[in-house]
Amino acid sequence: MSTIFGIPPQALFGQLLLGLINGSFYALLSLGLAVIFGMLNVINFAHGALYMLGAFVAWLLLTMAGIGYWWALLLAPLVVGAFGVVLEKTLLSRLYKLDHLYGLLLTFGLALIVEGAFRHFYGVSGQPYPIPDLLRGGQNLGFMFLPNYRGWVVVASLVVCLATWYAIERTKLGAYLRAATENPVLVQAFGINVPLMITATYGFGVALAGLAGVLAAPIYQVSPLMGSNLIIVVFAVVVIGGMGSILGAVLTGYGLGLLEGLTKVFYPEASNIVVFVIMAVVLLIKPAGLFGRER
Amino acid sequence: MIARLLAGAALAALAVGSAQAQQGKISGDVVKIGVLNDRSGLYADLGGEGSAVAVRMAVEEVGGKILGKPIEVVSADHQNKPDIGSNLSREWIDRDGVDVIVDVPNSGVALAVQEVTREKKTIFLMQGPATSRLTGDACSPTGFHWAYDTRALAVGTGQAIVKEGGKSWFFLTADYAFGHQLETDTAAQVKKAGGTVVGAVRAPLNTADFSSFLLQAQSSGAQVIGLANAGGDTITSIKQASEFGLTQSGQQKLAGLLIFLSDVHALGLQVAQDLVLTTGFYWDMDDEKRAWSEKYKAKTGKMPTMVQAGSYSSVKHYLKAIEAAGTDDGPTVAAKMKEMPVNDMFAKNGKILPNGRMVHDMYLARVKKPSESKGPWDYYEIIRTIPGDEAFATMAESGCKLPG
Repeated sequence: MSTIFGIPPQALFGQLLLGLINGSFYALLSLGLAVIFGMLNVINFAHGALYMLGAFVAWLLLTMAGIGYWWALLLAPLVVGAFGVVLEKTLLSRLYKLDHLYGLLLTFGLALIVEGAFRHFYGVSGQPYPIPDLLRGGQNLGFMFLPNYRGWVVVASLVVCLATWYAIERTKLGAYLRAATENPVLVQAFGINVPLMITATYGFGVALAGLAGVLAAPIYQVSPLMGSNLIIVVFAVVVIGGMGSILGAVLTGYGLGLLEGLTKVFYPEASNIVVFVIMAVVLLIKPAGLFGRER
Repeated sequence: MIARLLAGAALAALAVGSAQAQQGKISGDVVKIGVLNDRSGLYADLGGEGSAVAVRMAVEEVGGKILGKPIEVVSADHQNKPDIGSNLSREWIDRDGVDVIVDVPNSGVALAVQEVTREKKTIFLMQGPATSRLTGDACSPTGFHWAYDTRALAVGTGQAIVKEGGKSWFFLTADYAFGHQLETDTAAQVKKAGGTVVGAVRAPLNTADFSSFLLQAQSSGAQVIGLANAGGDTITSIKQASEFGLTQSGQQKLAGLLIFLSDVHALGLQVAQDLVLTTGFYWDMDDEKRAWSEKYKAKTGKMPTMVQAGSYSSVKHYLKAIEAAGTDDGPTVAAKMKEMPVNDMFAKNGKILPNGRMVHDMYLARVKKPSESKGPWDYYEIIRTIPGDEAFATMAESGCKLPG
């Protein structure tokens, strides 16, 4: 059989597909971060904790109330979004006049509190969450066995990312949003309720994290650590893509997922640092990120 | 008459004097036990606070005092980082007068702490770490390896699976001291039993997605995929192996080389059923183990893992040795511990080799099907008792250079 760099091409396709699946999570999470940073100028370190919260809400709905996956897909992001709105109204909104650093520290502290609380009550090994019946099993693609659920994750994440991009770049509401990012005072002078828009944006951004959490629940254990394991990589994704760039965050998310997948084949030992190596290189060559603009 | 009186008085004085001398031999007038482990990361459930609870239970059983001096238990989180672990243990020994360090999962951290305790002549009771090097080339006169080690896991699970016909192996290995040693030890046992190793892939510690590695294992065509990892990593890899249908096809079998009760609890029987594993302890084996475990469960809400039960057993033995030696001086107590057999709810007639290996029976278990389990924590069926001498390496085999 012919090989590419010593790997059969079929195995390579499999690995690329897996990379794409992991990239879907990176994309969903970095999208939320980018939306929040673009609008609020807040580096939301609580994003990982809110992703974990989404997964836990789904798990709690299932075990406490018997509410299944599909409803959780709708309800968990709503709960997480509502939690985000409360955070924004009571805490974050007091920090907008201060340096970025304060928002970062506040959200980092919140993340530690939320994670610590869940760790205290549920331990670190996590809780099992079953794959919904409709998506059990898988397809034999010839070069690999693709679990139906993983396929669904890619589709769902692509749809959400595209819809978000469309809403922000191509609709009137998105235009207001972008305008308010550029010059909030002027936009407010036109009679648009900018504080409300900011709150809604934060709520939406963290709801995306909650959604990613529900999508992740059947693949990973629902564990208090799931967010902190992922968040640093996602931050690297956002930095590489360019802070605040929505398209950049999404494309970089998928791209780095693919790259990480390839590393797992050619040099597995480095698979958890490859993203950071790329980040360092990108920062050296293009400090604003691949898709960012200099401010 | 007067002479006899004088002699009697002298004898009495001698007796009092020696009793005082004995009492004076507890350093700092307190026996301080330091439980050092992962309290927040992927290994926190298999040891963590549970190990500290188990140690406190051992202390309570002797009334919180030894040779008339109080016993104190402290604990800390080494975050799975060898540098933090060795710094903490140095601080504990030098500044806080800690007399014994307990647990220390993660072989990487344990190897670092072993160097510190060797230098300071402090007793080190290892439960969580797995690598057999701790009683091999890295052995120490005051180091004790208690609950299990990589060699026992390899003998138990490795040989059993080869005997069942799993001849060709592929390893999915955690990329640090523990994983490497478990892979090496298991590969040796597999080859000894007539099997072959077709390959291995090294995954970083605390990996979120194992599917890529599992796929490589699948395409290797090996009959058995040996998981040389632990805790959260094992849970994730087993869960994802089931998702990718690795085992359903019937061509490949998953061998969890180190599986704790807490892992099975987290996975659920639906996913974990029929896994074969080796353990040093299971709560539901006899009345003594059940009684102790129920007491532990009342405090923590969970049944103990072998690491937590071993923490109890080793501290109990350590306190007995202090009582017998009349001092808490490290090397003296270590010698005493090696003289005495270990007899408690954890081990029957356990013996300690000169390299610090506590030799006791190990158990080969199969995870029950959901239909066989009577409820939470009813997870294992013990299918074989592996005699201690078979499970663990002899002093000569271990490669330890200590006299003995």
